[in-house]
Amino acid sequence: MPVSTKIILEQLAQEIVDRAMHAGATDAEAVVYEGDEFSTKVRLGQVETLTESTSRAVGLRVFNGQRTASTSTNDFSDASIQRMISGAVELAKITEEDPFAGLPDASEYSPLRNGEGLGIYFDDVYRLAAKDRIEMARATEAAAMAADTRIQNSDGGTFTAATSHKAIANSRGFAGEYRKSYCGIGCAPIAQDERGMQRDGWGSSARTLRKLDTPEEVGREAAKRALRRLGARRVPTQRATIVFSREIARGIIGDIFDAVNGDAVYRNATMFAGKLGEQVASPLVTVIDDGTMMLEPGLGGFGTLPFDGDGLPMQRKVIVQDGILQTYVTNTYIARKLGTRSTGNASRGLAGAPGIGSGNFYLQPGVLSPREIIRRCRTACM
Amino acid sequence: MSSSAILHTANDSSHVQSHFGIDAAMAHRCLAAALVAGGDFAELYFESMTSSSIGIDEGIVKSASASHSRGCGVRVVSGERTGYSYTDSLEEDRLLHAAKTAALIASGPATVQIQGFVTAAVHDLYPVVGLDAEITAKLQLVQRADRAARAYDSRITQVRAGFSDEVKHILVIGSDGTWAADTQPLSRFSVSVLANDPAADGGKGATARGSGGGGGRVTLDYYTTVRTPEYFAEEAARQAIVQLTAEAAPAGEMEVVLGPGWPGVLIHEAVGHGLEADFNRKKQSAFAGLMDQRVATDQVSVADNGTMPGRRGSLNVDDEGTPTRNNLLIENGMLRRYMSDKLSAKLMGLPGTGSGRRESYASIPMPRMTNTYMLPGQDDPADILRSVKRGLFAANFSGGSVDITNGKFVFAASEAYLIEEGKITAPVKGAMLIGNGPEALQYVSMVGHDLQLDEGVGTCGKRGQGVPVCVGAPTIKLDRMTVGGTGS
Repeated sequence: MPVSTKIILEQLAQEIVDRAMHAGATDAEAVVYEGDEFSTKVRLGQVETLTESTSRAVGLRVFNGQRTASTSTNDFSDASIQRMISGAVELAKITEEDPFAGLPDASEYSPLRNGEGLGIYFDDVYRLAAKDRIEMARATEAAAMAADTRIQNSDGGTFTAATSHKAIANSRGFAGEYRKSYCGIGCAPIAQDERGMQRDGWGSSARTLRKLDTPEEVGREAAKRALRRLGARRVPTQRATIVFSREIARGIIGDIFDAVNGDAVYRNATMFAGKLGEQVASPLVTVIDDGTMMLEPGLGGFGTLPFDGDGLPMQRKVIVQDGILQTYVTNTYIARKLGTRSTGNASRGLAGAPGIGSGNFYLQPGVLSPREIIRRCRTACM
Repeated sequence: MSSSAILHTANDSSHVQSHFGIDAAMAHRCLAAALVAGGDFAELYFESMTSSSIGIDEGIVKSASASHSRGCGVRVVSGERTGYSYTDSLEEDRLLHAAKTAALIASGPATVQIQGFVTAAVHDLYPVVGLDAEITAKLQLVQRADRAARAYDSRITQVRAGFSDEVKHILVIGSDGTWAADTQPLSRFSVSVLANDPAADGGKGATARGSGGGGGRVTLDYYTTVRTPEYFAEEAARQAIVQLTAEAAPAGEMEVVLGPGWPGVLIHEAVGHGLEADFNRKKQSAFAGLMDQRVATDQVSVADNGTMPGRRGSLNVDDEGTPTRNNLLIENGMLRRYMSDKLSAKLMGLPGTGSGRRESYASIPMPRMTNTYMLPGQDDPADILRSVKRGLFAANFSGGSVDITNGKFVFAASEAYLIEEGKITAPVKGAMLIGNGPEALQYVSMVGHDLQLDEGVGTCGKRGQGVPVCVGAPTIKLDRMTVGGTGS
């Protein structure tokens, strides 16, 4: 729940930037974060844990010409903020000049400066009373336990709700902020028969309670997954056709993201380095990264934001079109390294230089149903 | 940046106390608020941490950072239930608010008396010298690593090296009378390199990675005398160069020899987690209900020892204020002990093992490992290799995972070799070791006398919480293990 002493995050970020410039930085950028979370776990029908808390922190990155350094703290007292500022300015004297370091130019920043209209913050995640939140966790586990007599144990059902508020400001005139919300339910049943014990889990998460699957759906799916692991056969070592379920396929898509990460490209550490415009996958493969995606009117995806970690606009990019590599993903620093423009993929923690993160990154669906794909295989693993 | 390198002695409770602005009377008030609705036990965990890091990349010291955080976590335990709340501001009204929030787990009248506080006697396993004053010395260390890795071989094309350190002060105050303070230094050096050889693989070219690093709860001179930047850099470069010429690993069931040191991560994952008390209390571990029964060949003894001086996983006192111990978990194949925290010890009637750990003040403590290793055996490592007709020697792993419910694990070897007619021959790449912890223990047929702990790079994850640990093992032979690979 909100912190009692309400602070205006964007104003604080701006003030820290001004003080850092006054302390001798040639450029500065501050991030202020505030968040709260509630989580509970119900195991075998009884509440096992209940956590409720708030936290906040501030991070600063300063430039001394082309030298940079960063500092952070969660102590908002004036003395602590002052230590953070002078610490960063001092550290930026001992690092070395990096010709590619520096903030983006003023003309590049995102016109969106907050999350309005993006559908990424819904205060309904905290609307439920504590006992109803516990009931969501309990019902999720109960649905899994009721699914089959071979499920007599569980690692519990969970309910989590969280909101966060982040502001970023820099000395090139950019200032923006946004709130995000999150809620989720899940459970991890343990199935057991004479062949042994198997565990699996399932969950649902969303930015709003409205889009959460029901506890019954989630519990039943978790049970199904734990049960189907029972009686696993040892498969002889072989080359085989493999059908990947959506969850596993997602992991492989993640590997594609790593392979098009511009950081690995300029280091020549990816199989896709030097392959722009070449066929790198089957013509059935089209991969998209979309930081602006709306799942439905008024509801953004988990990777939808008003601006990236550099303050630049989020973009929709086709990464692989019909198997042909179209672009790498970059932030400001990496784009300079590669001699291109940022694709708006800067991700940012509190301290340190921005890294690379995805927006909503997905494989475009094809035309076959999962059943049809399996039907077309003679022998395969899934 | 702090100007003084000397902090204070680890068990100087009064200093840590003043650090957090708390005294016995205020602690009593907060614990009373936490127990206002009943509950068996309440605890305040104060933590203050400063950390810094510096990194070199492409020959340029590109990054330096410093951060400070502090906070307090309040826990209320009622039967098997835990209520938890934390705050990053340490004023009494915020602490009381957190205490009242944690108290929501219980529903009844207050019944538990808060015991008089007794300052815990703790170990003295590490220096209490902060490293953060020596930024220019740390800068030189990463520059030395960069130069050494590049000098090792002209095929090394990318070098990144970093040094990070932290000093953490903790104070644990419990309604059971616990009052324990500690100051915990921790540092780590890391080097990662890429090697590139356009001529390798018959002109197709090859790229390989290598990594090295280590550290512990040590002073900065450890990195100039015991383990130098050159040592870590050359290890990273050596691995990458070896991998350039590696062939595809064979697949199938075969004899496997694990090298000493980091391959002990397999013991940590496939055995250690299964012996954490919470998984056994909830009957979720493949080792549940097997106390004092045979779980491995009599060659196998496994310890979790939090009391080793200077080690990454060592602690003077755990995060519940219990001094750590040297716990023998498996003794000559017999299961002897689970690792427990206060909650598991109470509910299961187990001895406390000093294994209650947490990532930070924002996390609920759980039974966790510290430094976990297989004890040395009688065999000469050379004899172990000589006994293998055709098999795999795994010298290093890059990653792995285990399902403690059934003990199944998968590990990726980052450095492995074929063993043919008792000799190590060609390096192989892409080898995956696939197995089952309890089953693999039945196949341990030889254990070397060459126990080694890893260099001090491990962070163990459990339920989203990371804590620093060490792993270790001597050279071990397993008579059967499934190797996944793409070669023949």
